Amino acid sequence: MSRSRPEFLEGVRASLPIVAAAAPFGMLFGALAVDNGLTVGEAVLMSAIVFAGASQMVGLELFSSHVPPWIIVLSVFAVNFRHVLYSAALGRRLGLMPGWQKGLAFFFLTDPQYAASEARADRKIPLRLTWYMGMALPIYVLWVLEAWIGALFGSLITDPAAFGIDFLLPIYFLGLVLGFRSRPGWLPVVIASGLGSIAAFYTVGSPWHVSLGALAGVIVAMLLPPQAGDEAHDVEPVEVTP
Amino acid sequence: MNGVFWGVPVNVWTILAAAIVTYGARAGGHLVLSRFKRIPPRIDAALNAVPAAVLTTLVAPAAVSNGTAEALTLAACLIIGLRIPMMAMFAVGWALIVALRTAGL
Repeated sequence: MSRSRPEFLEGVRASLPIVAAAAPFGMLFGALAVDNGLTVGEAVLMSAIVFAGASQMVGLELFSSHVPPWIIVLSVFAVNFRHVLYSAALGRRLGLMPGWQKGLAFFFLTDPQYAASEARADRKIPLRLTWYMGMALPIYVLWVLEAWIGALFGSLITDPAAFGIDFLLPIYFLGLVLGFRSRPGWLPVVIASGLGSIAAFYTVGSPWHVSLGALAGVIVAMLLPPQAGDEAHDVEPVEVTP
Repeated sequence: MNGVFWGVPVNVWTILAAAIVTYGARAGGHLVLSRFKRIPPRIDAALNAVPAAVLTTLVAPAAVSNGTAEALTLAACLIIGLRIPMMAMFAVGWALIVALRTAGL
């Protein structure tokens, strides 16, 4: 296939800004993972097989707080639930790919990958695995590598609080929350989850503030009047790395 | 969590399970949701709200249950985060927490 190589390189080019933006967070993940009690190997494993930045950070936050493993898994799933929508939306664009290729492509379906694929399909360019992997592979390989580098550095830091490292996750999560702000009903959902989680934190206690607070936000989202002109299939990607 | 189960650390099991549910979300949307012609609006609204709702619960208690430095940092980040990109806000927040803690707050 003479067209394969240029398509792959086009994909690589599309990956470059994402690779640059994700790099600090890839390394931060590794450093915080070690800080939160994972081994270097476990940190690398998590980046390699979960490959979803925000949810990996959520997992870390909980690894350190002695919560039952199933709550960690549930929280990771909740944060990654948006991928269900990406998958449903993108699946219709992958008609050219045979089943196994789709199965492979879905593993690499990060937020930027979804955004770029939709944009490419919008320009009426058929989505092929060559382009898709050209974009996905650099992001993936560096993400895993960064976890390893970050973890090695993280194990050198003996007093994380002195460098503010123990408080980076809440700041990071706040950034992600703000990244979703164009979604309908965002403000009432955030207020409900915020108040709900604070109330649960002081009454029921950690880690239940996560599920109870999130439940409060989701209930508010369901009760809000559906927005006029809000197309059910318009899935907006957010700026999350990767 | 430092236990071992079947010779494998519990952390590794947890990571494996997290990987499976993540792949499940990424493949499952196509396999399950694409069978529906339309997603009911309220279900769609609920699904859309999940990430922000979950992530908020990791911020709000952290803002009120720590010290003054932590509360001030998150408040400042909330305001500037509406105007500047995520990466810049993150950098400012990092500098702030270190500065405020050094100042003894």
